[in-house]
Amino acid sequence: MFVPCDRGGGSAGPDFKGFILLMPAVSVGNVGQLAIDLVISTLDMTKVGYFYTDCLVPMVGNNPYATAEENSTELSINAEVYSLPSKKLVVLQIRSPFIKNKYRPFCEALLSWVKSSRCARVVLLSSSHAYQRDDEQLLGTPLRYLLTPDLEKAVGGHVKELNWKEMEKVASYPGISDTDKVLHIPGGGITKLLFTESCSEGIQMAVLLKFCSEGDNIPDAFVLVNYLNEWLQLIKSEVSTVQSKWKIPSSWRLLFGSGLPPALF
Amino acid sequence: MATFFGEVVVAPSRAGLDEEEEAREETPEDREIRREIEKKREIEVLWSGGVQQPLVCSRFIVAIGRNAAAFLSSFILDSVCWEVVGVVKLWNEWCRTSSTTNVLPTDSFCLFYRLISDPTVLLCQCSCYVAEDQQFQWLEKVFGSMQKKGLQVTILSTCPVADYKTQESTLTLVSPFLKALKTKEFQEQVCCPLLEQPNIVRDLPAA
Repeated sequence: MFVPCDRGGGSAGPDFKGFILLMPAVSVGNVGQLAIDLVISTLDMTKVGYFYTDCLVPMVGNNPYATAEENSTELSINAEVYSLPSKKLVVLQIRSPFIKNKYRPFCEALLSWVKSSRCARVVLLSSSHAYQRDDEQLLGTPLRYLLTPDLEKAVGGHVKELNWKEMEKVASYPGISDTDKVLHIPGGGITKLLFTESCSEGIQMAVLLKFCSEGDNIPDAFVLVNYLNEWLQLIKSEVSTVQSKWKIPSSWRLLFGSGLPPALF
Repeated sequence: MATFFGEVVVAPSRAGLDEEEEAREETPEDREIRREIEKKREIEVLWSGGVQQPLVCSRFIVAIGRNAAAFLSSFILDSVCWEVVGVVKLWNEWCRTSSTTNVLPTDSFCLFYRLISDPTVLLCQCSCYVAEDQQFQWLEKVFGSMQKKGLQVTILSTCPVADYKTQESTLTLVSPFLKALKTKEFQEQVCCPLLEQPNIVRDLPAA
């Protein structure tokens, strides 16, 4: 599944032992993916490979993080891997939706790759439909987290200090009070599947998600990436400044279409 | 999500979510149905008798979509210099192709031609729509029949102008409007400007 970039030198491929794998779920508002774009763009991460997979709709374009004419012509496809060894961070970006019936094969292949590349833990950025919140969830922070039992043991204490709110479980039959509580992440794409599989396979995984709706999700992406930063401290977070230091990639231009014809007015 | 008229609708998500299907566990009947549908959607690549496999190919030109296929028919293909060597047979909700090589321009087809004077030059006209779950299969089966060393691939396709994103309005674009994407291995001169961000290519040309 993982194809390393050919950087010459004939090495066997990058080693991610002990790294944190940061990745998005293709979810409502594409918030996870937008947040990952901010991380890759701000930290100026290097592409180290891609996933050759039949689970995602194909797409291709030129370098979405181009900053100048020289670096704008590198091709980019739907699932690519970037790394920043100085922070022991490897990032997967997913740029297109899943093909029907391919959620499970992708999750299986991904977790198998996580194990074979010896990543220490996985952090999944996701989102969930805001309109599915219950009365209590409508108040307070729209951000939630989840930790697999193995990660809970490792970082549970630190997360408690951050005062984060854990994603609530809901009754499997809403309206009937004494049924089992289950995890339900509407609009979360592969989030729930990946999380439950990680729990059963002993993988250290954290899910960070935000309740949101479709629309202009750039502000949601900023909120989510700042939430992530509270924990992983990827960039310096200055409390005094209102403006965050995340760099918007050049591919975010014209998100809502072309310019208007002057004849319209 | 409630609309102004009070009815509740499920808003389509840009993320292309189809969650309810995935959340349900598959029953044996579901699995059987899914397998039958998958079998029906399988792609077959049929090469004519005189063709040796793997095909030795130096240049492969693929025209995807009716416009690109018509371009090749009008300007390149003729029955004197080119011979039909293969066909792709597939079915999906939008179209069905058959194994016949005698096609009308209005049919859905996917044919392979070879230049008689240089049999390493291969051309493909794909006017049928290859669905997203079939694109990878098409790719693997077609390229799987070829020897890929030293192969140069050129893909011709069209996209609606409405999909093109630019600072100015799309009404002011010059015609013909050509853009290209190339891999870094392609060292030759490209005849038109490269596709700028944030525009992308999807479906079979992307695959």
